[in-house]
Amino acid sequence: MFLFVVRRLFFAVVLLLAVSVFTYLLFALLPTDPAALTCGIHCKPETVLANRIRLGYDKPVLEQYWQFLRGIFVGRDYGLGQTAFSCPAPSLGYSFNQHACVTSLIGETFPVTAFLAIGAFILWMIIGIGVGAIAALNKGKWQDRFATGFAAVGVSLPTFYIGLLVLFSVVIWFQILPFPSYESPLDNFSAFITAMILPWLVLAVLSAASYTRLTRNGMLEAMNEDFVRLGVAKGLRLRVILLRYVMRQALIPIVTIAGLDFAGLLGGAIITESVFSLPGMGRMSIRAVVDSDLPVLVGTTMVAAVFIVAANVIVDIAYGFLDPRVRVSS
Amino acid sequence: MTENSVPVLSVQNLRVSFDTQDGTVHAVDGVSFDAYAGETICIVGESGSGKSVMASSIMRLNNSSTATTEGRILVKGLDVLSASEEEVRGIRGSEVAMIFQDPMSALNPYFTVGKQIAEAYVVHHPGASKHEIHDVVLAMMIKVGIPSPEKRIDEYPHQFSGGMRQRIVIAIALINNPKILIADEPTTALDVTVQAQILDLMMSLQKEFGMTIILITHDLGVVAEVAQDVIVMYAGHIVEQSHVDALFHAPTHPYSWGLLGSVASYGDNKRGGLLTISGSPPSLISLPVGCSFHPRCAHSKGEGSVCMTDSPSLRSVGSDGSRSACHLADDVLVSVGRRGFRS
Repeated sequence: MFLFVVRRLFFAVVLLLAVSVFTYLLFALLPTDPAALTCGIHCKPETVLANRIRLGYDKPVLEQYWQFLRGIFVGRDYGLGQTAFSCPAPSLGYSFNQHACVTSLIGETFPVTAFLAIGAFILWMIIGIGVGAIAALNKGKWQDRFATGFAAVGVSLPTFYIGLLVLFSVVIWFQILPFPSYESPLDNFSAFITAMILPWLVLAVLSAASYTRLTRNGMLEAMNEDFVRLGVAKGLRLRVILLRYVMRQALIPIVTIAGLDFAGLLGGAIITESVFSLPGMGRMSIRAVVDSDLPVLVGTTMVAAVFIVAANVIVDIAYGFLDPRVRVSS
Repeated sequence: MTENSVPVLSVQNLRVSFDTQDGTVHAVDGVSFDAYAGETICIVGESGSGKSVMASSIMRLNNSSTATTEGRILVKGLDVLSASEEEVRGIRGSEVAMIFQDPMSALNPYFTVGKQIAEAYVVHHPGASKHEIHDVVLAMMIKVGIPSPEKRIDEYPHQFSGGMRQRIVIAIALINNPKILIADEPTTALDVTVQAQILDLMMSLQKEFGMTIILITHDLGVVAEVAQDVIVMYAGHIVEQSHVDALFHAPTHPYSWGLLGSVASYGDNKRGGLLTISGSPPSLISLPVGCSFHPRCAHSKGEGSVCMTDSPSLRSVGSDGSRSACHLADDVLVSVGRRGFRS
């Protein structure tokens, strides 16, 4: 088990390095000159040149990449003399659009994304598994049909449509809630909840749909297993059979997908954040695409990649705990 | 068979049907029999003859949302079919236990075998201490012949071979010393060499615990080996119930003849290969009118005869207590002349 974890972590690091190489190639391959983007159209060539040297874009791509990689571990200094500034480790570069270190920009936006992801995740697991379990226990009855319908609708509706619809009806039409305006939960908790409740619900209900399906089918499949029949034949209580026998088996694919979904969300819920004007990492990265803010783009991509790779490792390890057959054979 | 004593299990006019999209499947259609303490009853018949469904009904294991069950099944005076869920739960695993066909899928892959045996004990002994449970489980593992049980008690099912897993399943079944053990083809999924070991184990444990075994099997060799009473099922009905000797020497139903005739034995080639029963089992949704075996029966009297019009009921024939559901049972007996079937 220990060896398995070490090996898995090693490959995770290799994978992240590969991601960083490909992401950084953006700088070399894109036709835009990053230095030219540092100031407007009326920029003097001297300024562009000065900025190019100051930000290190005059060096060969390989050296730029090395500087970037080094920056992550030891921080990075830009320019000389009076105009010099530095981005401390872990530095992911400097955004010439927003005149700030990428790391501190991510530091500002990530909590918003994390709060959104955590709240939505808890809600959708409860809704998804709950509705799925009710459907499985009432197979063929109206509860099951309702749940199956909910899953079909939820899977096929896009977030931006439902998001806008909810925003329009709740905020503008019925005026139940004020227009969401994000506040840190430390500053104003009730304003935080007011701003988050709609995005949480929209994200949770739509994501819950596929979990409903997974739970329902997983449980029904498990209920047909011989070992569940043996559990009944032992005289075990229904509750025990459902938890120890049926749910235990149905949970394995759910854990896998939940880990990856949650990690994906931590990388930024682009659409949800945009619809509900949440100043999160997703909205920042989509803005970076529009503004050709390459350092921010590279930084957010790296952060998202770290979460995805980490989730993969955690899911693999969790698998070993959930299924003893995987544990021993690895 | 001790005729005077009260049966440990009494199945009375059991009917089980399943609603499917194509119609109602009558899997078990009016089955009655009694089982007495310490005896071994074998239930034989083709796939789909209702053996397994009948056996599952004894513990009420059939899916209640799709199956309709009628009749009475008395275990220790309790009618399993009309009892409350809690009452049935009290019987499952303690009075009646079951061994399934495929030991590969019968154990929960997520828990150690020790936990699974313990679970069966604890549910009927709620106050048992950890120490006591451990001892009971270990003793049971030794009894069913698991080598080095102290080590294996903490292993998972996938670390066991098929035969060893079936031993674990038997340990689970016998941990509460049940009166009745239902074994649904317990050796079908095992290697031939292991089959004999498992059967021997079951028979020696039966002597030790004094339980009644209801053994469902395809294997007439097994029947000859272990059974006292044999029930032959066809299309949801009992067509013959006989003492094992009577069945092998003078079967009273044409279907039993067919079954016995289709047993392969060494040196059969002289007769030109295996005998088969022509045709295939009838659809359980629409059974043939009259005797459900008549389309395949060599002795059927043809158009307009009683075979085609009346469903035969199980009745006593001969002098050795055999029961047969054949209109012609007496004629058939005469025509065979009670010479040994195997002779």
